[in-house]
Amino acid sequence: MALNPMEQFEVKPIVPLHIGGYDVSFTNQSLFMCIVVAAVTLFFAFAVSRPKLVPGRMQSMAEVSYEFVASMIRSTAGDAGLVFFPFVFTLFFFVLFSNFLGLIPGAFTVTSQIIVTFALTVIVMSTVVVVGFAKHGLGFFKLFVPKAPWYLIWLLVPIEVISFLTRLVSLSVRLFANMLAGHTMLQVFAGFVIALGAAGVFLKPLAIAPMLMILFIGALEMLVAFLQAYVFAVLTCIYLNEALHLHGEHH
Amino acid sequence: MDLQAAKMIGAGLACIALAGAGNGIGIVFGNYLSGALRNPGAASTQTTNLLLGFALCEATGLYGLVIALIILFT
Repeated sequence: MALNPMEQFEVKPIVPLHIGGYDVSFTNQSLFMCIVVAAVTLFFAFAVSRPKLVPGRMQSMAEVSYEFVASMIRSTAGDAGLVFFPFVFTLFFFVLFSNFLGLIPGAFTVTSQIIVTFALTVIVMSTVVVVGFAKHGLGFFKLFVPKAPWYLIWLLVPIEVISFLTRLVSLSVRLFANMLAGHTMLQVFAGFVIALGAAGVFLKPLAIAPMLMILFIGALEMLVAFLQAYVFAVLTCIYLNEALHLHGEHH
Repeated sequence: MDLQAAKMIGAGLACIALAGAGNGIGIVFGNYLSGALRNPGAASTQTTNLLLGFALCEATGLYGLVIALIILFT
């Protein structure tokens, strides 16, 4: 294969910078993070710059997305969860915009780096732990004790603890792996097109097949890009709900 | 057998995880459809759970894929 499908995930420094033995260079990763943040900020600042009673196209997009996230929090974490609306909204739109920006050919996908998604997950889980302890004190540990007969408790508590700890891995790897797999697949099929195009006269027309495949995978990736941002936000809400209500008492 | 060949075989084996993910996605959508056709009124309230189940299933297959990539590229 002429093209290495993993080449697109390489972090390249744009402005090399070393402080105290640490590499803090401004990379293409940091550049695209800045672009994502600027795009989200500009979109919402522009959409609600001249608010009208009857919203126009841009304003209703902003209003629909506000209502979408708010209803997501209300249905999973109850009205008490609305305190975390700015947090969940920011997370959702950061992930959504970086997923969609990554689909532009030549752009760098911020969320295809495990360290980015892991950092987001650490923020989410430390919020859950801090909120849980602030609200329930040591009663937060009741989260790990499900309602069960006494002879099952000793078996279930370790399982609950492990499942709580593996959320750090599952939440971050889910987003990272989805982005990585999708972009790798696109690149592999692009490699097929190039290989077939460079082949003999009879094989050349066959290149249209992987080309069509790229189109379908691209459409699928649009769905996945939205879905993963949505799932990340919903799971954040569910974890916050557990911290707020311990065993889902709000329903 | 040298290390390189063993790595290739291991990466291929790790991708078997995707079979389970395929099964899971089929079960999620199949059961949603059969439930939704029996009770269309309740179908729209369950789309969140549907998408959540789909994403959770799909992710389990991708864990296998990540392991395959780790085997190949480290």
